[in-house]
Amino acid sequence: MEYAFFLIFAAVALIAAAMVILSRNPVRAVLFLILCFFATAATWLMLNAEFLAITLVLVYVGAVMVLFLFVVMMLDIDFAILRAKLTRWSPIGLALAIAVFALIAEIIEKDQIAFGQHGDELSKIAETGNAAKLGEIVFTNYLLQFELAGILLLVAIIAAIVLIYRGPRSRKLQSIPKQIAADPKTRVHLVSGD
Amino acid sequence: MLQYLIFSAILFAIGLSGLFINRKNIIVLLMSIEIILLAANTNLVIFAKYWGDITGQAFVFFVMTVAAAEAAIGLALVVLVFRDKQTINIQDLDQLKG
Repeated sequence: MEYAFFLIFAAVALIAAAMVILSRNPVRAVLFLILCFFATAATWLMLNAEFLAITLVLVYVGAVMVLFLFVVMMLDIDFAILRAKLTRWSPIGLALAIAVFALIAEIIEKDQIAFGQHGDELSKIAETGNAAKLGEIVFTNYLLQFELAGILLLVAIIAAIVLIYRGPRSRKLQSIPKQIAADPKTRVHLVSGD
Repeated sequence: MLQYLIFSAILFAIGLSGLFINRKNIIVLLMSIEIILLAANTNLVIFAKYWGDITGQAFVFFVMTVAAAEAAIGLALVVLVFRDKQTINIQDLDQLKG
């Protein structure tokens, strides 16, 4: 039963991911990426990562992908140009992707690994609460990293604002340096009349 | 477990090929990077379950923080580039010398 559910969600996620890179319309690509995140969150639920699955939906779909959607819709892109044919690099890309997948698959195949070889702690944790256990470890062992992550987010906020900020444009302010630097010769055009 | 690993490997390969196939639109490139990060996170979650250790999930938590910051700044840069050049077609952005 679980395997069947996994197959469904994995298939949805992979097809959605493929559509992200193949679709010509960026808005559609963002929507497919949201679908991909939802399906992957479902597979994370089966891997006893309940809190992370919810975080993936809330943070990624709720915040990051909305940001993507905003930017895609805000930019006045000429879709006709973007809709052009695939580039000459695409065979290289496909070959590289297949090679990387073959490499990973080879490594996976060599090690016959299965869940439960090293205990099944996370399933037991699931009964008491995945978020509680995760919070326990994040706020004790990884407290410094947690605070650094907070600082990183603050820096990201400031950086994004500084990059986008254009200054007050709508207000009609007097610019004194500009007035002092003004050259009278460029302001007055003398018309020779005779 | 094998099926989960194969799933994340395919996801990674799709994201990687997206970087090469879609060389028109910077935003789609950023989305390919998001897919790659998702595949890496999935691998961490898988091995957290394999070892019965929640540390892997804590690491995913931090990776997601960094990915959110990366997306915010990346999109801000895209908006800046668009404001400057009126295009986000990668093949038009070739002023860099060298």
